[in-house]
Amino acid sequence: MEERELIPHLFRTEYRKMVSVLCYLFGIKHIEIAEDIVSETFLAATEIWGMNGNPENPAAWLYAVAKNKTRNYLKHNSIFEVKISEEIKRSTNITEELSIDFSSKNITDSQLAMIFAVCHSAISVDAQIALALNLLCGFGIQEIADAFLSNKEVIYKRINRAKEKLRDANIRIEQPSLTEISGRLDTVLTTLYLLFSEGYYSSSQQTTLRKEFCAEAMRLNYLLIENKTTNLPEVNALFALMCFHASRFEARKNGSGESILYDDQDETLWNRELIEKGIYYLGRASTGTVVSRYHLEASIAYWHTQKVDSTEKWKNILQLYNQLLIFEYSPIAALNRTYTLSKTNGKQAAIDEAEKLKLNDNALYYALLGNLYTDVDDEIALKHYQTAIELTKSAEQVTTIKRNIAKLHIK
Amino acid sequence: MIMEEFILIFRRDFNTKEEQPSPEQLQASVKLWQDWLGGIGAQNKLAKPLQRWDTAGKIVKSNKSVTDGPYAEIKESIGGLIFVKVDNYDEAVSIAKDCPILQLGGNVEIRKATHAED
Repeated sequence: MEERELIPHLFRTEYRKMVSVLCYLFGIKHIEIAEDIVSETFLAATEIWGMNGNPENPAAWLYAVAKNKTRNYLKHNSIFEVKISEEIKRSTNITEELSIDFSSKNITDSQLAMIFAVCHSAISVDAQIALALNLLCGFGIQEIADAFLSNKEVIYKRINRAKEKLRDANIRIEQPSLTEISGRLDTVLTTLYLLFSEGYYSSSQQTTLRKEFCAEAMRLNYLLIENKTTNLPEVNALFALMCFHASRFEARKNGSGESILYDDQDETLWNRELIEKGIYYLGRASTGTVVSRYHLEASIAYWHTQKVDSTEKWKNILQLYNQLLIFEYSPIAALNRTYTLSKTNGKQAAIDEAEKLKLNDNALYYALLGNLYTDVDDEIALKHYQTAIELTKSAEQVTTIKRNIAKLHIK
Repeated sequence: MIMEEFILIFRRDFNTKEEQPSPEQLQASVKLWQDWLGGIGAQNKLAKPLQRWDTAGKIVKSNKSVTDGPYAEIKESIGGLIFVKVDNYDEAVSIAKDCPILQLGGNVEIRKATHAED
């Protein structure tokens, strides 16, 4: 690897591991100290490697320096020592020589413990996502701000407030017990799902960054699969869902960043390997009796990887949307179900159902009505499309709708 | 908009032999039920999660005798029930009119939830 790429690369892969291990050791009160120590370690690497060249094993070098810095910190900072000594004594057997363990097992354990600490209902979902990106994935404040189309100050405040709240709630960074998993896994999965969606649906133009968000959500999800106690059906279902979605990442946008609708996507750009992976994990999710929303959504996503327009496909998708809506309402599921109904029961049946939805402030609702009325009554279709344009805030949607209007036959 | 809660109880004759749907009819009705319930869900009008009920059950009579199954002397028995949140009886009725139990010769009883202040 080129020298100037090495440190950013290590920062991406090692920062989060080292922060997790130190947080796991220090407890929730001292996240900042853990972050400072790791940041200083990278600063030292930049200086020393710049002068002396890269070490043989850069990761091991970082771990060794972080260990020394931690020991020095504890030795020279009596206030800190008083504050955390009890916790450290509890979590380690050695009182004299502090054990700072960067073994791969402890890294995995620490990261799992951190996932459960960060994805905690004590803080808002937005804050969980920002904190996860920062602490668990090692993204900088600026990168997170770019993805959220927000500014650095807002994100900085959000992250700090979240840390304070976790401290106030005295959340413990520890291996989740079986009972805790059943109570808290839902929150963890929701956060991972939203983190993935942030990357997948974000209107931010930064494609590389958005892809990295998706990859990170998948990595954290996979950590839960690798751990025996958290390797549950719904965890596998969510992973399958992410695989199916991610398989279409390349096909969803054209060269100039505009969305390409499903019907117009170039199938050869779909990632077969991810589709196969999704099928594998959906199979693993189908053990036991639990049917979560992720099972339903993953199954819907599976059917969308079958491009052939068969009746069987749409009938299956309709029943899955029915179940999803019976389970939990969401406007987007309601709209998708109605679109699917047009494929199985015809446009008139879908129009009847669509008009019952009354999502009168939703641009996509009018876009759907425009679609359903196309070829049934193009004048009405046009009116609905125009309402959709008035309501939408997305320039991309306007482009798509205008393309659809051009296909109408207006006298 | 004030939403009220209503219970919809589906009844039909599970007893009389000649009144029973064919296996094909039953199979077809599965999709009808799912579409009907999915449609109510799509309008965000399901008030409570769905609950499946045992088809057998027990009946306690006034003399405190207990018999198995709801198919004792009464012809019709409960096939299921759901809770919906809608504006008024009219809306509850219009949902019930699409209930697949009607196609199997059954009926729907609707009751509004009342509160102490009503």
